[in-house]
Amino acid sequence: MSLWLAFISLFILDLFGSVAAHAHKPSDSYLRLTVHEEAMQGQWDIALRDLDYAIGLDGNTDGEITWQETRSRHSAIASYALSRLEIRDHKSACWMHPTGHRIDHHSDGAYAVLDFSTRCPTTPTQLTINYGLLFDLDALHRGLLQVEHNGTTQTAVFSPERSNVKLNLLSSSPWREFFQFALEGVWHIWIGYDHILFLISLLLPAVLWWRDGQWNPVGYFGRACGEVLKIVTSFTLAHSVTLSLSALHLMTLPSRWVESIIAGSVVLAALHNLYPVMPIRRWIVAFGFGLIHGFGFASVLADLSLPTTSMLMTLAGFNFGVEFGQIGIVSLFLPLAFLLRRSWTYRILVLRLGSLGIAGLASLWMLERSLDRPFSSWLW
Amino acid sequence: MNPISQACRMLGSCMKLKWGVFQTLLGFIITFWIWNIGSVQAKPYVPESDSAIVEHVPLSGDPRIRQIRDAQLELSQDPRNLELAVHLARQLVELGRAEADPRYDGYAQSALQPWWNSSTPPSDVLFLRALLRQRSHHFDEALEDLTQVLHNRPRDAQAWLTSAVIHQVRGHYEEARKTCLPLLRLTNALVSTTCITNVASLNGQAQESYQSLLNIFSLTPSADPQQKLWTLTILAETAMRLGNTSAAEEHFQEALSLGIRDTYLLGAYSDWLLDQHRPADVQTLLQNDFRPDGLLLRAALSAQQLNNPQLPHHVASLSSRFADSRLRRDTRHLREEARFTLHLLKHPKQALHLAQENWTVQREPWDARILLEAALATGDHKAAQPVIQWINDVRLEDEQIHRLMEQLT
Repeated sequence: MSLWLAFISLFILDLFGSVAAHAHKPSDSYLRLTVHEEAMQGQWDIALRDLDYAIGLDGNTDGEITWQETRSRHSAIASYALSRLEIRDHKSACWMHPTGHRIDHHSDGAYAVLDFSTRCPTTPTQLTINYGLLFDLDALHRGLLQVEHNGTTQTAVFSPERSNVKLNLLSSSPWREFFQFALEGVWHIWIGYDHILFLISLLLPAVLWWRDGQWNPVGYFGRACGEVLKIVTSFTLAHSVTLSLSALHLMTLPSRWVESIIAGSVVLAALHNLYPVMPIRRWIVAFGFGLIHGFGFASVLADLSLPTTSMLMTLAGFNFGVEFGQIGIVSLFLPLAFLLRRSWTYRILVLRLGSLGIAGLASLWMLERSLDRPFSSWLW
Repeated sequence: MNPISQACRMLGSCMKLKWGVFQTLLGFIITFWIWNIGSVQAKPYVPESDSAIVEHVPLSGDPRIRQIRDAQLELSQDPRNLELAVHLARQLVELGRAEADPRYDGYAQSALQPWWNSSTPPSDVLFLRALLRQRSHHFDEALEDLTQVLHNRPRDAQAWLTSAVIHQVRGHYEEARKTCLPLLRLTNALVSTTCITNVASLNGQAQESYQSLLNIFSLTPSADPQQKLWTLTILAETAMRLGNTSAAEEHFQEALSLGIRDTYLLGAYSDWLLDQHRPADVQTLLQNDFRPDGLLLRAALSAQQLNNPQLPHHVASLSSRFADSRLRRDTRHLREEARFTLHLLKHPKQALHLAQENWTVQREPWDARILLEAALATGDHKAAQPVIQWINDVRLEDEQIHRLMEQLT
């Protein structure tokens, strides 16, 4: 009677903690292969805890693994690990050879880093990787594979159910990824009203010039074109810089600030059309706020959180898409604005009332973003 | 205007522009620098001295581990020895719970490997498989295993209790209640009442459940400490949902005074303290034990409330932990990740996606709450509607959640 009660109580906590925090993490190893011609460089990070469990590292069982204890087991680590990994190109086996031992840290502790080089009989085109590390001891162990080849990265996860992975080194296409993200970029600039409105606000007066306290139509198309070119180029330059910085995790800003400042930039740009009194050129405004808009684009890229193989291609593709979408907007806007520039409709209705409307809407955005209180959702 | 003054003006504006560019660059460099403090760039290295300690393995000399290693060695000679395998797996499952360390779950699964993929393994294996499956949030498979266990052993109280708790976590209160009922004749009054009242407290009878559970608890002062811990945590959580601050505090404190360091209790109490705006008490409570992700999350949230300089460091380690889970396609941390993404990263849209994905797996009050919080932050009130509907249907009483619902309507 008391025996089963004890066993029940043993599991009670387990159960009601079932969704509680899971400490540590299950065992993973990180296997990275870099392919150049017929030679491959391998880096394999295996948790010291797992190696201690599998082959014993803490020689004096004092609960601490020293570098000396690890070093004395280096050949054992290499032969234990490499005997559980098989790399083949088509049918022929590739040969692996340890080249160094280092230490690294992942989120759950220290890892032995085993560096090795691999050589296949010919330049590999179709790799078959067979992974068997720790599966016999820990059924929840996973091997996280990352293969880099020609600037692209392919990933896979090894598990006891899937210990074999085939990788085609010829078919991986960075261009496919590039276009996928370019489409996302175009789509985003078209649905991201705040970026469009900012650009439009800066472009509205491009077919006019300010003299004697009022807007006058420009004489020829080239002049309007030059102005637009300056604005779009500096906006592009600025947001490309910050988009890259943020996407590469070199720098991030709190999204609430970014979103509020973006809304603020629209308000300023629109108000400036009504009272163009500030002695500042529009391309400088475009550059300055472009820096902030870049962070906005980056959070979209992060929100997409699509599986990426190559960050660089992703970034380039997304940026290209954003530019392409921008050019689309400009090429629709500019001829139309140029044709209408002399009319009362353009100067009063479009420029004045349009800017006023944009400023009003963007002020609302700025308020709700900075206060973190969405209250304009009833508008759409 | 003469050419000289024009040139001067141009030069002036050029200088101004350069100064502006310089200031912008300076701003960038400073921001970049601030952002990089705390996030240590990890790169493989070779330790400088032989005596450098590279890793701590606290249990390597532990007699439990030695016993387990011996049993594993014995089992490797005779891998189909059911009795030995079940005994070893049970020890590992218990160690995994005590240490809150999923590596032991993997070792346990390996010990049961010869039966693991069978559709009709022996009941002992089935029960352990169910426990391991529910720990990895494979709730459907776990329930199937338990149904099989109960078919073979209808008087198995553990299996009834386990099923009931899984149903409750998923928000299937009717099934949970039905599964608690057999416990009335199979186990003691405290266990069965705790099971039943816990479900009822989430299901429109919070006040009544709280009273009955309090009564039965006062009648069983000699109960097993772990049973007491379970009951007290549920009393505290119910009082908390009812908005009874002093009672919640009292139950949490009494649970802590039992001296069992339990991750779930620490997490629940920390959440309550955070809601009470008592971040300093959270820091005292957690005592730098940040190994469980959930506790590190609470530590980071309290550091945020305190403006503590540790915050960027905590955020960086949580980011890398969640990134690691994502790499291995592990989805057990969705609730914690949603809270992290909303409150610490401040990416409400992403947090809402995570909370919605989490809602398809589990439906405890916190799962509802984080989804409502994310919906409120994004302004996507539509996303909250199914959850609000569900809360109204099951008549969940929770002060914090009802406050969010008011803001959303």
